Amino acid sequence: MTSSEKFLQMAAAIGAFAAVIGVILFIAGRFSGRRGDRVVALAFLLPTVALLLVGLVYPGLRTIYQSFFNAAGSSFIGMDNYTTLFTTPDQVTVLRNTVLWVVITPFVATAVGLLYAILVDRARLESLAKALIFLPMAISFVGASIIWKFVYEYRPAQGGIKQIGLLNQLVVWAGGSPQQWLLEKPWNTLFLIAIMIWIQAGFAMTVLSAAIKAIPDDIVEAARLDGVRRLGMFRYITVPSIRPALIVVLTTIGIGTLKVFDIVRTVTGGQFDTSVVANEFYSQSFRSDNQGLGAALAVLLFVLVVPIVVYNVRQLRAQEAR
Amino acid sequence: MSVRPSRLPLRLPLPCVAVVGVLGLTLGVAGCGSSNTASGTPSASGSSSSSGGNACDAYKAYGDLTGKTVSVYTGIVTPEDTPQINSYKPFEKCTGATIKYEGDKSFEAQVLVRAKAGNPPDIGIVPQPGLLKQLVATGSVKAAPPEVAANVDKFWTKDWKTYGTVNNTFYAAPLGANVKSFVWYSPKEFKSKNYKIPKTLDELTALSETIAKTGSKPWCAGIASGEATGWTITDWMEDMMLRLSGPDTYDKWVNHTIAFNGPESVAALDAVGKILKNPAFVNGGLGDVKSIATTTFQDGGLPILDGTCSLHRQASFYAANWPKGTKVAEDGDVFAFYLPGKDTASKPVLGGGEFIAAFTDRPEVKAFQTYLSTDLWANNKVASSPDGGWVTANKGLDTGKLTSPIDQLAASILQDPKAVFRFDGSDQMPAAIGSNAFWKQATNWITGSSTQAMTDAVEAAWPK
Repeated sequence: MTSSEKFLQMAAAIGAFAAVIGVILFIAGRFSGRRGDRVVALAFLLPTVALLLVGLVYPGLRTIYQSFFNAAGSSFIGMDNYTTLFTTPDQVTVLRNTVLWVVITPFVATAVGLLYAILVDRARLESLAKALIFLPMAISFVGASIIWKFVYEYRPAQGGIKQIGLLNQLVVWAGGSPQQWLLEKPWNTLFLIAIMIWIQAGFAMTVLSAAIKAIPDDIVEAARLDGVRRLGMFRYITVPSIRPALIVVLTTIGIGTLKVFDIVRTVTGGQFDTSVVANEFYSQSFRSDNQGLGAALAVLLFVLVVPIVVYNVRQLRAQEAR
Repeated sequence: MSVRPSRLPLRLPLPCVAVVGVLGLTLGVAGCGSSNTASGTPSASGSSSSSGGNACDAYKAYGDLTGKTVSVYTGIVTPEDTPQINSYKPFEKCTGATIKYEGDKSFEAQVLVRAKAGNPPDIGIVPQPGLLKQLVATGSVKAAPPEVAANVDKFWTKDWKTYGTVNNTFYAAPLGANVKSFVWYSPKEFKSKNYKIPKTLDELTALSETIAKTGSKPWCAGIASGEATGWTITDWMEDMMLRLSGPDTYDKWVNHTIAFNGPESVAALDAVGKILKNPAFVNGGLGDVKSIATTTFQDGGLPILDGTCSLHRQASFYAANWPKGTKVAEDGDVFAFYLPGKDTASKPVLGGGEFIAAFTDRPEVKAFQTYLSTDLWANNKVASSPDGGWVTANKGLDTGKLTSPIDQLAASILQDPKAVFRFDGSDQMPAAIGSNAFWKQATNWITGSSTQAMTDAVEAAWPK
């Protein structure tokens, strides 16, 4: 296919999309009144539901079904894939790493973001300081991973050979000897997590900073008159006031962390015991040709994400009810 | 900003977006298709190599295929795709057929998806016998037509035909080939220090010790290759398996009729370890033993140019890896010698190559498939690769036409009747081993695990 053909195809696809929307709007527009509202709602909902069924529910159910089958998907093996997940040393390492990621990333990223938001709040050059920490958000995960791969790069301490990695250069300047940061387990996972925190701290800072600015001045005034000081202010005024924002940030980063794939794949490819569930799922499904185990990993990831999503939705409901 | 705190989360669409994202990733396994394909449609009136009226005589047997199209799907992408596409042009010109070439870096994963989804190409260029087996298992590969089988009998050795055969049915003719049993060195250094090219494994060890005594590290190596990290060691181990236990045991080992953690395996990997895990022998210019794990395979041999190491075992395709201006020749900056056998009498060669699998049996597809299995195509391919970098085990290849010295050396080894060719073992093993456990455990081995632990772990991962 040449480029012009591709553009033609793209134009056709956009045209078809516009036509479908047009038809929906046209049908919806022909009805009015109370019954009409229902028709309108239906006209807008049906296409979405149909797409969800085809693109999400069916593949989802099929993945769950596949997870009970062998590598080629040809014979039923019951829970064997799940047993493999929790018993073989390689897979247990994958689970351990995922736990490390999920426990560390959201809290550290949120803490860094919160601290930063408080420190720069109403400071001079606030917007510049915020822009600096927000910038990594604009970089794709793969781009960020490549940058950090260079930061961690190792060259031996031999005559005439210069470090090209920032971290090792700093170590050498401080009088140390260069380290293979990505090799020693389990520390290498922590170095990968640092990349995710670097990316997500900006997101946490932005949301939390907005929330802090929205704390009504009268509450702050009142607390001050009551004699609440720095730490107390943080503990009794700031945190409770921004609690909903904190939960959104924590859960959003938590979900993003469970899905982490790009960073691991780009920096280590899952080698040196750094694989996580999403990366292992890809590698089992498409590299090892083990559909069953791949599907089981996907289901596991789904099961792990569900509680966070449920918690998030509940919190939102509670907010609405208030 | 005047957003009230309690309303703030409700205004953020982020959680919802994230939820959909998660579902999309976790549950999207069953519904994926291919879309990232690059393609080029060579014009039928290509004016590359052969021209003139009777140049088309050789193509008469294929008949008139005007208006017919054959789609080719492959992992051969820029820049290697240009000579490949050009080598099809004489066929297109003389028969009137159009070859639709589609190169895709993730061919190996996508071709399986396409075969399973019932949307395969007409022809796939399959780089591994293991992948061919997987494709045949999907039931979508057609057996090779008799003309192709006859050509393969005529132009290739029996070993090669075996690699295109699954369950006693011959499916796929070989296409290109490469030689992996090479050790790169600096001819200048060898000349000035009076080192001799070793003829046996013992001589190689002796040479390594001689170099080590001068205070320099003889070997340099790198195995990092993204998710494929470790494959360089699998090649090393296969080479040693072939040399220490012979081709028959090698075949049994690859086909898992002997265990992966048996004594032969352990001996082969220990032989690799005597070089790669010997701090006195590695890793010239790159660090300690562990630095092998984090040095990319592309960078692994470059210290030879700086003189910080002298020997680097890597396949013939490493020739493309030297910086511009490096003379790759027997009297140049770098060249390769054959990784010697245990003794001078045996000459095992480890290598790789591609195979042509057809998913349809329309006449034009068969005709094109047949063309690719001829000496005619092999020589057209050489003519359309003026910069070299390509060889085949096709005995009809006119080796005199090869332009680069390393290609000539590789072709002479491939066509040497005394040489016993064996295909890269990890490419034949099941995917769970050949493109996962073997790489991963080889990487663990270089970063510290023992030979026994490594072979045990691979054996445990072997699909039952």
